Amino acid sequence: MPPSPSHGPFRDSSGPLSWGRIVRAPHRVARPGGRAEAAAALTALPPGETLLACGMGRSYGDSGLNPGHCLIDMRGLDRFVAFDPDTGVLECEAGVTLADILRLLDRRNRPGRSWFLPVTPGTKFVTVGGAIANDVHGKNHHSAGCFGNHVLSLELLRSDGALLRCAPDENAALFAATIGGIGLTGVILSARIQLKPVPGPWLESEDIRYSDLDAFHDLAEESVADWEYTVAWIDCLARGPQLGRGIFSRSRHTADGPAGSPARAAAFEPRFSMPVELPNLALNHLSVSAFNALYWRKAPPRPVARVLPWDPVFYPLDAIGQWNRMYGRRGFYQFQCAVPKATARDAVRELMRTIAAAGEASFLAVLKTLGGRPSPGLMSFPMPGATLALDLPNNGPRTHSLLDRLERIAGEAGGRVYPAKDGAVSSGAFRRGYPRLDEFARHVDPRFSSGFWRRVDGAAAGSGANKEEPTS
Amino acid sequence: MKRVLIFGATSAIAEATARLFAAEGARLFLVGRNPEKLEAVRRDLQARGAEAVETAVADLADPALHKGLVERAWASLGGIDAALIAHGTLSDQRACEADSALALSEIAGNFLSPVSILTHLANAMEVQHRGAIAVIGSVAGDRGRQSNYVYGSAKGGLRVFVEGLRHRMGPKGVAVTLVEPGFVDTPMTAALPKGGPLWATPDRVARDIHKALNRGPAVLYTPWFWRWIMLVIRHVPDAIFQRTRL
Repeated sequence: MPPSPSHGPFRDSSGPLSWGRIVRAPHRVARPGGRAEAAAALTALPPGETLLACGMGRSYGDSGLNPGHCLIDMRGLDRFVAFDPDTGVLECEAGVTLADILRLLDRRNRPGRSWFLPVTPGTKFVTVGGAIANDVHGKNHHSAGCFGNHVLSLELLRSDGALLRCAPDENAALFAATIGGIGLTGVILSARIQLKPVPGPWLESEDIRYSDLDAFHDLAEESVADWEYTVAWIDCLARGPQLGRGIFSRSRHTADGPAGSPARAAAFEPRFSMPVELPNLALNHLSVSAFNALYWRKAPPRPVARVLPWDPVFYPLDAIGQWNRMYGRRGFYQFQCAVPKATARDAVRELMRTIAAAGEASFLAVLKTLGGRPSPGLMSFPMPGATLALDLPNNGPRTHSLLDRLERIAGEAGGRVYPAKDGAVSSGAFRRGYPRLDEFARHVDPRFSSGFWRRVDGAAAGSGANKEEPTS
Repeated sequence: MKRVLIFGATSAIAEATARLFAAEGARLFLVGRNPEKLEAVRRDLQARGAEAVETAVADLADPALHKGLVERAWASLGGIDAALIAHGTLSDQRACEADSALALSEIAGNFLSPVSILTHLANAMEVQHRGAIAVIGSVAGDRGRQSNYVYGSAKGGLRVFVEGLRHRMGPKGVAVTLVEPGFVDTPMTAALPKGGPLWATPDRVARDIHKALNRGPAVLYTPWFWRWIMLVIRHVPDAIFQRTRL
């Protein structure tokens, strides 16, 4: 086989795709196997090109891609550095995934000395570097904040060759910029994380069917004190009095597993993998609305308590490998916004009405309340209030126009969209949503960029230019 | 607990295999060339649950070191249950054609060095009357091909050596396995275009090796389908073979 064209450690690749599978563009990719090789790749960055670190490719839009430029694939830096089972402090390289951490904990936890991720998103197939760069949140945001709240320190490699230890009390400004900094402040090499003590691998979990948005807010309020994890799945195609109906899930750690249960709880590989992209017609309004209605009816109207291991509670979709191929060759967008508490009820209603009226097929809409614990990250997405996330198959201009309307509703409510999910937000809307953008932009490494950063013209924020969005 | 010795411990396949042993709480002794990488691997295995991990930095191209390394590992682990020999380089075939000194040094690294280590290791394990040794060969050793016959001949020589060693050690209770991975996505193969069904991850190959070190088959093709691919390639009549560009 002839070698592929290369520029030092960077090799031409048409391959990298983000989770939404819409952006398809050539990149040059370096794949270091360790710290020294990662540093060498930075030194060898071709002149005039920018760099972005990438990992498991779970960002949906273009925030994890750098079309026409370079990527450094961090999955080869997947070593643990230290784990202290007495204090729950875990140090690892940036390419270690949350699944790797769970597998380690599954083996090393003992009764009375068990640890769990302090915060986990809806998939465990993300790297620690990615979790920090996107300051991910989970179903316990109302009590635990974001992933960044639990990062004790991190090592950041800059394009000038500097290797900086960043922590709340050391290079604090750069630490704050890197948490949620979408990879733009340099390459995160490693991190120290404070894990959370738990009584064991089990969760007590309840699913409650509810019939409208007010019922959701009531359930969320009622659950906040006693349930560590809450989230709701919404049928986005239900309209009128049923607008916002869905299934509210709440869980909390418990010491007791179901009778006769094995001591180990987690399954770590997808049980089934989507082998190919489904034909574009497979998901249409009819098939999805039928699925949603059935799914909603399947849940009992009265809460039923179950005891479950980690996987089905936190990672139901991880059971299907490559589920993103379900949307076919055209790919899909995910829209996720956060809206502040004061406007959350009205804004969520308005968003749901718009989505239901558009009739764009979506299996997965997820609604959850966000708590008040501030993240150290300048660009952290969550705000006290609520967040709504849903998938939209890419139907071209029709989808763009819907995204535009949703983005406007969120913006008018004082909310913002999540760069990790976004593939469409305008520069102006992004700017208005992130008031600390200018402060952040000063910490962006001059040799780092991304598709997202160029699309929202982020560099202009750093240069002090105050560009307004072109009105659409 | 298993006591495991690994040569070339920072290679992707060896590291992935070591992680499986570490997860079982094994004691490990690692030999590698790059001290920083070796230390990173040591800490990783420790965190993953290994009972103890010791390391020795050595350039295995120097056979004078081999006896001492086996003795050190033996003393440190208190005996050896499983050994993996995983060091090697993927030779640049065209460069070797132009430079016989390079060809010889590739043969030394990929054939002579493992032969020397295996000799010391076998003599130690013979006395113990138990244990397993796995050596990483390659499907490239199954038939000489224009694209990689220098590397292939070293691995082919190793194949015959291991076959004989297995014959000798079997009655002594020591299983010797030749591991023949196909295309594995590792830094060693970074220059090759990747993807497609023939490429395997180091984790996949490691799981097979880990299993083999418990069971001790003669030749382990990994993934399994390489057995059939190589069966075909070995038996293609020469008249046809000469017309291919494999």
